[in-house]
Amino acid sequence: MNVLVFVKQVPDTETRIQIQNGSVDTSSVKWVVNPYDEFAIEEALRIREKVGAGKVVVASLGPERVKEAIKYGLSLGADEGVWLKGDGVALADPLAVATALAGAARKIGYDLILTGKQGVDYDWSQAGIILAELLDLPHVSVVVGLELDAAAKRGKAKREVEGGLEEVEFDLPAVITAQKGLNEPRYASLKGIMAVKKKVIPEWTLADVGVDAAAVVPEAASIRFLDISLPPPRSAGRILEGEPRDTARELVRLLHNEAKVI
Amino acid sequence: MIAVVAETKDGSARKITLEMLAEARRLADAKGGLKVGAIALGPLAPGEADRLASQGADRIFHVEGAALAEYAPEAWAEGVRLAVEKARPEVLFLGATAHGKDLAPRVSARLRVGLASDCVAFEWGDSGLVARRPIFAGKAIARVAWSASRPQVASVRPNTFTPAAPDASRKAAVEAISLGDVKVRARVVGFEASEGEMADLTEATIIVSGGRAMQGPDNFELLRKLCKVLGATLGASRAAVDAGWIDHSHQVGQTGKVVNPTVYFAIGISGAIQHMAGMSSSKTIVAINKDKDAPIFKIASYGIVGDLYQVVPALTEEFEKALKE
Repeated sequence: MNVLVFVKQVPDTETRIQIQNGSVDTSSVKWVVNPYDEFAIEEALRIREKVGAGKVVVASLGPERVKEAIKYGLSLGADEGVWLKGDGVALADPLAVATALAGAARKIGYDLILTGKQGVDYDWSQAGIILAELLDLPHVSVVVGLELDAAAKRGKAKREVEGGLEEVEFDLPAVITAQKGLNEPRYASLKGIMAVKKKVIPEWTLADVGVDAAAVVPEAASIRFLDISLPPPRSAGRILEGEPRDTARELVRLLHNEAKVI
Repeated sequence: MIAVVAETKDGSARKITLEMLAEARRLADAKGGLKVGAIALGPLAPGEADRLASQGADRIFHVEGAALAEYAPEAWAEGVRLAVEKARPEVLFLGATAHGKDLAPRVSARLRVGLASDCVAFEWGDSGLVARRPIFAGKAIARVAWSASRPQVASVRPNTFTPAAPDASRKAAVEAISLGDVKVRARVVGFEASEGEMADLTEATIIVSGGRAMQGPDNFELLRKLCKVLGATLGASRAAVDAGWIDHSHQVGQTGKVVNPTVYFAIGISGAIQHMAGMSSSKTIVAINKDKDAPIFKIASYGIVGDLYQVVPALTEEFEKALKE
């Protein structure tokens, strides 16, 4: 069972977003592996351990810094990494991104593709599902439980929906997008970190994966940001101090009479 | 036409469908001469087509077929594609719900058009629709435009638009579309309901969330009591979830749910940036915290500085009394 994991790099969730000229200022951002992609990597490693055969490949599309995300996957135990160079790709357009990833997936090969349910940067929640459509695969998104029957080429997943969990049966190969709760990601071991140094990460261009560069350039993007701004700041309101009973009573009064919300 | 993919439960339109119809109607009327279409997939309850009409739809495209018995993204996407072929809409709305967010990327990719997900506002620009949507879980807001291809596909955040008052004089023609054999390689086979009868976080009017100061799973009982009195949904900060005190499905924040209730109670939550991103669009924010310098107070509409173990029981009693009156 060969498992392909697509990861992206995003600003750390503790980042305070700054805007410059209508775009996000990334100059002082700390880049991390997208949190949901960490669950995807972990699940891939567990599948390999359980099945006892096959390999885990971690791939990422973007500028050179994304090699750090690939190395992180390798340090956890992935067998191979691939960097797909993002030069000239409309990285904010999920259709363009998925088109490029589909090319990489075809070249790498897979029995299962895993990725995070969304990037915690632009929050599109699209690339994994579009990838499934472009590769003519079934998908299950927002998955918190996964069981595979490698021999029968089938799987069962639990996905989070309003008010509960849906159980989904699917055929392999498939694309699964990971939600928090799927597993508890491991930490890299010292041995894992040392092993990364010996691994060579292939650097592929769009031409290497058979993708027409003109189809994924920003000018051809299906969707684009006109501008990005900060939400209007919330001003601090009324802070009550004193006896618990008095403050509780006063709060109930304010919510009822002043805010008129309860 | 602005077409809305109606989300139904047991054949009846869910609230998000009415919210989308209301916004579609507003946009269609603002443009002038645009019609509103509703695309319904699978069985519809009796009278439901009339209801969609009374809520703003001029035409209804009803796709039926054996493959639509239970949710299967491949069958649903094909059903929507057929309806779009017939309706030729300029704009296509889906709900940014669990099903809508699963379906919309399939649909947009099949049509090879752009999708703006989780939108909270729309306006007409020089070349079609322009959408506003939060990014970085609400730390910033983006204005999004589509390429010249049509339809412009958007998923619409629940609880954002207000359903219209039904107008029984509005009628809509129903066009039947039959979905033939479809390759379905992933399908829903079961459902496991989560605890209690609380509304989902993303649909809740009132949310009561607990953080690190809850100290353990047992103390969440205090918050559950308050939830019960207020008809609220229980939330939690990442600290409480990562400590294993409560299931991840309750988490509010950048790696949890982004919520926009009328009232959000942050109890024993100091206000990490990733948490505040997920709840700062709540209409009214109430913070209860021992530390009067906690960052959460900077965005709270109302705050109580005090020990939650004293304040929350008192508050629960006061609400109980007030709501009885």
